[in-house]
Amino acid sequence: MKTILSGALRMVLGAASLGVLVTASGAALAADPIRIGVIAEAQAIAGASIPQAAQLAADEINASGGVDGRKIEIISYDNHSSSADSVRAFQRAVNEDKVNAVIASYISEVVLALEPWASRLKTPFVTPGAASNEISKSVHADYEKNKYTFHGYLTSAALALSVCDAAKELLVDKMHMKSAVIMSEDAAWTKPLDVGYEECLPKVGLKVLDHIRFSPDTTDFTPIFNKIEGSKPDVIITGISHVGVQPTVQWKNQQVPIPMFGISSQATNETFGKDTNQAAEGVLYQGVSGPGVAVTPKSVPFAENFKKKFGNYPSYAGYTAYDEVYYIADAAKRAGSTDADKLVAALEKTDWEGTIGRVQFYGKDDPFTHSIKYGKGLITGLMLQWQDGKQIAVWPKEVAKTEIKFPSFVKLTTN
Amino acid sequence: MRAFQILIDGFAISALYALGATGFTLIFGVSGVLNLSHGAIMVAAAVAAWAAASILNVGTYAGALIGVAVALITAFATYFAVVKPIQDSRRIPNEEKEIFVLTGTLLWGIMIQELIAYFFTNNAKTVLPIVEGVVDILGVRTPKNEIFTAIVCCLVIALLWLLVNRTRTGKAVLAASMNPRGVTLLGLELTNIFIVVWAIYGVLAGIAGVLLGMFLGVSSYSVGPLTASAFSIVVLGGLGSVSGSLIAAFVVGYLETITAYLVSPAYRTIPALLLLVVVMYIRPQGLLGRR
Repeated sequence: MKTILSGALRMVLGAASLGVLVTASGAALAADPIRIGVIAEAQAIAGASIPQAAQLAADEINASGGVDGRKIEIISYDNHSSSADSVRAFQRAVNEDKVNAVIASYISEVVLALEPWASRLKTPFVTPGAASNEISKSVHADYEKNKYTFHGYLTSAALALSVCDAAKELLVDKMHMKSAVIMSEDAAWTKPLDVGYEECLPKVGLKVLDHIRFSPDTTDFTPIFNKIEGSKPDVIITGISHVGVQPTVQWKNQQVPIPMFGISSQATNETFGKDTNQAAEGVLYQGVSGPGVAVTPKSVPFAENFKKKFGNYPSYAGYTAYDEVYYIADAAKRAGSTDADKLVAALEKTDWEGTIGRVQFYGKDDPFTHSIKYGKGLITGLMLQWQDGKQIAVWPKEVAKTEIKFPSFVKLTTN
Repeated sequence: MRAFQILIDGFAISALYALGATGFTLIFGVSGVLNLSHGAIMVAAAVAAWAAASILNVGTYAGALIGVAVALITAFATYFAVVKPIQDSRRIPNEEKEIFVLTGTLLWGIMIQELIAYFFTNNAKTVLPIVEGVVDILGVRTPKNEIFTAIVCCLVIALLWLLVNRTRTGKAVLAASMNPRGVTLLGLELTNIFIVVWAIYGVLAGIAGVLLGMFLGVSSYSVGPLTASAFSIVVLGGLGSVSGSLIAAFVVGYLETITAYLVSPAYRTIPALLLLVVVMYIRPQGLLGRR
């Protein structure tokens, strides 16, 4: 019995290695693949979608023949949410694995640590999810050196604008709200976000009564909600990403009667409902996409294919990472080369309809050089709300599916 | 109004700290083990309770029980796979065993933390509260779950007191913490007492973990801070002294709450750590320490 088994095993192994040999030699015959390194936070929900979405895009491109006969190869690295690990992965990707471009991280601190390495190693680098203004400001400040970095997600400034635009229509015009308290975590990405909020909220008609910044290590939000309630605002404007589950659950458990509206990155994940035991009900959050929201004709098919393959809908950074593989491939095709400088020049001319809107980059003379353009007809973002355990788009009206509704403990102070 | 708020919130968090630290100090008192995987065991309990209730849909009560059971199993695994082999080893000199146990449990805790992050991601999880809703106490809107947490903590600590002071097994545990050699001379098997203590510890850490998951929520990132807070409470109270830990838990809990309300939530933990430094200078054995 044992010999039969081991004999069978050997045959299987033999066949498998033969298969490897055949495919390896087959690949060697074709042109060199275009290699894209993907460095991401595999253990975080937002980060885990990045390599998966990139692989999905690569598989689709390869299935339809690749780029001028060249296949796309994704090489992924887990950075454990650490800047140091990311820098090592970047060096390895470029020096040993010979990648032509890198897609990396949703954390601004990590992206800011990688940016100088993109310059030193002259490798085009796109982030699918970080938001800090500094990423693209550095490109503007020293273009020749930093031109290799592209910001494939909205800057904090643009995110603040998106929240304010939605707040005007949803909260001020419809619900006649007048005042707000800003609640944001202390991190690189929220500094410019808060500046943006402070500037645009009063313009749309929401007076900022207080501004609370708290440590991302905070676990007990009772004192924070208590302080916010003390200033009696109509709405809490959020800027949270590293935290999300805990403030949301405590908001519900303590029955804080004020609605939450703004950026809440963890709320963009499909698993947020389960993670919070549905305490997310009524939470309003800004997103660039959502399950079933047809921002472009590509959005829904991508989300559904992703879910079919990986079992859950992609995080926001999954959408952007998927688009990035496509427009890097598109740039390589237009450049006719994967030479770094030619690729950068082609990327700058990107005009790609992706899953989150139409992607174009700001130019050398704009303050946010190489960041994706914000605005109508390009990317405006969405406002979504958790309703009955689902993420439903409520703004802008072109994609809105329903009206805003809140759990019974939320007492709207104005009507 | 604010004073009542601090009084109520501080009590719940202090009671939870007390429960978490009691098991930690008991183990040290009886077997001289500083278990640095403490935070990991608490988080494992909370995540297991969450997973059982949200993924396997077993319901809130069964989920909570599964959480406690997982903590018990993990505590035994810690003892049998990490602590006991080091204690029994003939190759490690006796005077170095403590540092080996410290390192061993620390690494064990990191392993548990990484496993949790690998299987359940490092995003925070919350256990569905057993009681929902709020009540008004002296004008403070208090979640019923917060009151439930405080009551359960106090009950469990009271039960522990009864167990240690009123039962034969408990008295043996108490005796072992005072004089291990004396206990063996009386014909009691020290290993059996250790197993009892680790079982008590597992249940305490499990209940504390599940309650923490309901009250505030946990993620794999909570492992380090939870171990650190139990450690500083126990050091402040006096290593091995259960009553010292209880007092220290309330001192730390209230100091943190007062800071969070009156100064800023961002500086929450700082005054308690400063107090710890001061106590170390003036009274190195801690508030009620015997050594």
